[in-house]
Amino acid sequence: MSATMAALAGPVAASLGSTGQTPTGEAVLFWVLAPVMVVSALGLLFARKTVHAAMSVVLVMISLAILYIAQDAPFLGVVQVIVYTGAVMMLFLFVLMLVGVDSSDSFVETITGQRWIGLLLGTGLAVVLVGVVLNAAGLQPTGLESANEGGNPGRIAQVIFGDYLFAMEVVGTLLVTAAVGAIVMTHRPRLTPLVGQRERADARVARLEQGEILTPLPAPGVYATSNALDVAALGPDGLPLEASVPRVLRIRGQERPVGDVSAPTATADQAEITASSDEEEQA
Amino acid sequence: MSLTHYLVLAAILFSIGATTALLRRNAIIVFLGIELMLNATNLAFVTFSRVHGNLDGQVMAFFVMVVAAAEVVVGLAIIVTIFRTRRSASVDDVNLLKS
Repeated sequence: MSATMAALAGPVAASLGSTGQTPTGEAVLFWVLAPVMVVSALGLLFARKTVHAAMSVVLVMISLAILYIAQDAPFLGVVQVIVYTGAVMMLFLFVLMLVGVDSSDSFVETITGQRWIGLLLGTGLAVVLVGVVLNAAGLQPTGLESANEGGNPGRIAQVIFGDYLFAMEVVGTLLVTAAVGAIVMTHRPRLTPLVGQRERADARVARLEQGEILTPLPAPGVYATSNALDVAALGPDGLPLEASVPRVLRIRGQERPVGDVSAPTATADQAEITASSDEEEQA
Repeated sequence: MSLTHYLVLAAILFSIGATTALLRRNAIIVFLGIELMLNATNLAFVTFSRVHGNLDGQVMAFFVMVVAAAEVVVGLAIIVTIFRTRRSASVDDVNLLKS
């Protein structure tokens, strides 16, 4: 395994160190990925929907991870996928979910000509940076073969925990501070007293005099030809119970009278009621 | 292809990120532009690390990633808090200090 890797690395090192040119495979990879990255970065600039912008940045970041691995930085490539694409971008998507996915940008300019000034500044920055980089051309790349001897993550660990130990500790403190800061900032003080189960129950009992019913509502009627939700049950007095039909059906007017389902029941009940009321009157 | 190509790509990505931060008004997209700029500098760091044959550049990129993660946490918390009070994620609506 290591022998094959050394055999593979040999010509690479020779070509990069002596000619300053990358191997053909890496060049092909670069020319495939670079346009993809630039186009999706422009997608961030021009996308109307925030989710599309976030997804194009995800694409840029994954392509960057591939480029890192191609550039002898496998540790950074993996960290890029885990930290950036995995954690940071998912955090962005969660916040998008909170803020509202359809929160699209307004294209009303508050500063006159901001679009053109911004584009001018951006293009100027690109021209200056590219010019500087091209002026610094003629780089004599050393390559990382000797620095990566014995595995890239291990060597990086030696540098971090050797030369940069103090910086590492400071960064750890920074992370803790950031986490605490985020918690403090998103914490919302309670303005009203907490309403729990006990408070809800007390409130319902207090509303008893206003007609609040504490028991479950009566079930809809069951008849010989219908046991559907839309027919009221009959109460002990023979009258249909309005509360036994779901409120939504009542509001929509989809309730059916008992007579629709069972005419004899309705008439018999009616007769019984008149009879019983007559008896009461006589008594 | 030489390593300069990587640096040119990093410069282009950095400029696109800067333009995004200048032009867009949605706070989240502005923030994504800043992330893109940080990523572009990371690419330059990794490339220079390879040029010099020295792992310090990769360690710097690593530190940039960590600081960016902390920055994202705090920044998104600020955006969420502002959204709660103003019901908007647009940087133009945060103008309480304006007379």
